[in-house]
Amino acid sequence: MPNSPLTPGIVPGRLPEDAIRENFSDLHPPMDAHEAAVAADRCYFCHDAPCMEACPTAIDIPMFIREIATKSVDSAARTIFSQNILGGMCARVCPTETLCEEACVRMDAEEDPVEIGRLQRFATDHLMAKNTHPFTRAEPTGKRIAVVGAGPAGLACAHRLAMKGHDVVVFDFRPRPGGLNEYGIAAYKSTDDFAQAEVAWLMRIGGIEIRHGQRLGEGLSLDALRAEYDAVFLGIGLQGVNALGIAGEDLEGVVNAVDFIADLRQAEDLARVPVGRDVVVIGGGMTAIDAAVQAKLLGALNVSLVYRRGRERMAASAYEQELAAAKGVHIITNARPVALHGDGAVREAEFEYTREEEGTLMGTGETFRIRADQVMKAIGQTLLGAPEGLEIKGGKIAVTGAGRTGAEGIWAGGDCASGGDDLTVTAVAEGRDAAEDIHATLMA
Amino acid sequence: MADLSTNFVGIKSPNPFWLASAPPTDKEYNVRRAFEAGWGGVVWKTLGEAGPPVVNVNGPRYGAIWGPDRRLIGLNNIELITDRPLEVNLREIKAVKRDYPDRALVVSLMVPCEEEAWKRILPLVEETGADGIELNFGCPHGMSERGMGSAVGQVPEYVEMVARWCKANTRMPVIVKLTPNITDIRHPARAAFRGGADAVSLINTINSITAVDLDNMAPEPTIDGKGTHGGYCGPAVKPIALNMVAEIARDEETRGKPISAIGGITTWKDAAEFMALGAGCVQVCTAAMTYGFRIVEEMIAGLSEWMDEKGHATLDDFIGKAVPNVTDWQFLNLNYVTKAEIDQDLCIKCGRCFAACEDTSHQAIAMSEDRVFTVKDEECVACNLCVDVCPVEGCITMRELKPGEVDPRTGRVVEKDYANWTTHPNNPGSGCAAE
Repeated sequence: MPNSPLTPGIVPGRLPEDAIRENFSDLHPPMDAHEAAVAADRCYFCHDAPCMEACPTAIDIPMFIREIATKSVDSAARTIFSQNILGGMCARVCPTETLCEEACVRMDAEEDPVEIGRLQRFATDHLMAKNTHPFTRAEPTGKRIAVVGAGPAGLACAHRLAMKGHDVVVFDFRPRPGGLNEYGIAAYKSTDDFAQAEVAWLMRIGGIEIRHGQRLGEGLSLDALRAEYDAVFLGIGLQGVNALGIAGEDLEGVVNAVDFIADLRQAEDLARVPVGRDVVVIGGGMTAIDAAVQAKLLGALNVSLVYRRGRERMAASAYEQELAAAKGVHIITNARPVALHGDGAVREAEFEYTREEEGTLMGTGETFRIRADQVMKAIGQTLLGAPEGLEIKGGKIAVTGAGRTGAEGIWAGGDCASGGDDLTVTAVAEGRDAAEDIHATLMA
Repeated sequence: MADLSTNFVGIKSPNPFWLASAPPTDKEYNVRRAFEAGWGGVVWKTLGEAGPPVVNVNGPRYGAIWGPDRRLIGLNNIELITDRPLEVNLREIKAVKRDYPDRALVVSLMVPCEEEAWKRILPLVEETGADGIELNFGCPHGMSERGMGSAVGQVPEYVEMVARWCKANTRMPVIVKLTPNITDIRHPARAAFRGGADAVSLINTINSITAVDLDNMAPEPTIDGKGTHGGYCGPAVKPIALNMVAEIARDEETRGKPISAIGGITTWKDAAEFMALGAGCVQVCTAAMTYGFRIVEEMIAGLSEWMDEKGHATLDDFIGKAVPNVTDWQFLNLNYVTKAEIDQDLCIKCGRCFAACEDTSHQAIAMSEDRVFTVKDEECVACNLCVDVCPVEGCITMRELKPGEVDPRTGRVVEKDYANWTTHPNNPGSGCAAE
């Protein structure tokens, strides 16, 4: 008998294959040309546009939308890519509802913004489908730069450096490039192996080599990189996961949400990804939402997302919260984990209600238990394996200006570096800006 | 409910909405359905001489321009007059008029510029029981190459001559349809009335090329790689038509003469505007060709509602009421001073007013760091561009400065009395040149 949502334990194939395929189809389907024309016409071409201001990569949004409106779609894509070479992925994963689309003046007018994200995808998909690369490299400079981490920050940095005529070697410990674009992010936001297609397309600029299986501190040292290369950029992300620090954390069935998501993203067949019947996700950020929603889409019977503070404090946007609720995730707020119970494998998660007084979280003393055969921890990631000798501030590599660390010749950006939100688009901006700074420094 | 019944040069219809002479009125089937839908009248598509009918192209007859959602803004056509035999049209006209005696049925005509040709066709039309005739002196394409249509309408002497022939040879009211493809519309209008015409109708279509196919390097619509100019109509031409109607309505020689207005009328409001400028009835084509006959329901309902709101019991209560307010530039009050004013509660902070004013006008709008846009009264000339580019209706308005207030731009006190260019000291012809 095949598995169903009712099957106890952590098992694959709770839903028929076609149901899973349907569940994991594009969250925001692509626009066709007419849809794009109509959507583009809603843009007012604002002066000094607030949307552009709100975009961490400062894409000239009114201009690219005008280019779509006039059917110069490749030009629109160039406008996007000139600021954000991962504009294709950002069009899919950006929380536009808290960035460009929240700033759209049409929010003021009618609470219905121009669909900037989907328009960006329309333009970037259009150019990428031609399988051409819009940029060419400058004359070779003879400079060589090491980039550690093939995630959004590293890739954006590498691409900009390659454009400037430098040669770049990217080191990454994982077998595939892309970082969280490949190993994080909900699958329904990046369908059809888009992350890999995007990296392959980006690499067409030339002058970038990616070496996999290379981790700082494990055969790769910062000192050696500094000695061999003219500059080093660190985009190593946050590889550690915060522990709950409660009893029962080592029970079977207790996993890191990031690992669940990575496994799911790497699975060749989603029907073979095992998931619990009663899943409890602990945390209130995007990782928690992505894990909870995907557990539900795989066929988990009950998925509870438990966050220790109030809803308004959740890092996940209101849109993401609504998405989770619509998919059937039960969101519980103001409850903190106190213990996980079970005999070998987890069976229950115990929480205590909380209240917040002047910013301080306090338990109320009242507890409750939720049935759980799988518990996913999503209470934040931490910097792991940062090289010795770099200043750490607030758990991140301290940087000033365009990603300059205190150490000469070393830049950092993305989630591992201080400042900015932990977003793909922010990482791209930081990688790009560090590249410009590296270029200016080396060519001075 | 307001009374919409219309009596236009003795032609009666239950409402002022007629379908213009065009493809929708080319045959009995269409006209019957139009009358069932509620249209007050039709002008039957132009009939030509007896004998082999004209032929049309077998490729596209229409070209268009659209808004981004394919909303049709302007339409152009290269269709000729009816390509069906004269006797078939006459038979159908007679049958329709017999069955719809309360509706206006006017027949459009275009025959060569010879009195005999008109003498031949007029009795045939009269025999159908039609209410009147409209002389097609307007079509700018095809027929004009053969000395008809706009080729006649562009020569006032011909307009007058043919109108006179028609009046001499029929008891039916004669409406002369004017072409806008002319420098001064008043000349053919005056000529029509001098020739005895009962009314003029305008505008016919405007010579146009809608687009150029950049792949084939050919104008659109394209027939086997070539294109020709066609007649432009639809919402885009309305402002041109409004002006031409107004020019005739306020001309000394033609003031108060009956006008049937045509040109981009799409809603009841468009119709009301033309009627305010003196039109006794309106003719519609493109809107019907775009949306079908049912739109007349909205036109009737909307016009009635507005008339009720305004207390107009009949059409005559407002026809022509805007004509006295159409004047020459030289008579506009130069002591009327306004300033743009931005309603901060309505402002959505798009900054279009700022960009427009800063880049292309008078640098009279200030933008603060937090995107608050305000008018600099000392720079504002009240050009209205900010009002026109603002996406929020009613957000930017023009405030009239009261007499006694100082205009910060000129430093002058606003005067109470009307004064225009004719008496302005800068006018060399005013007789009181600036010192």
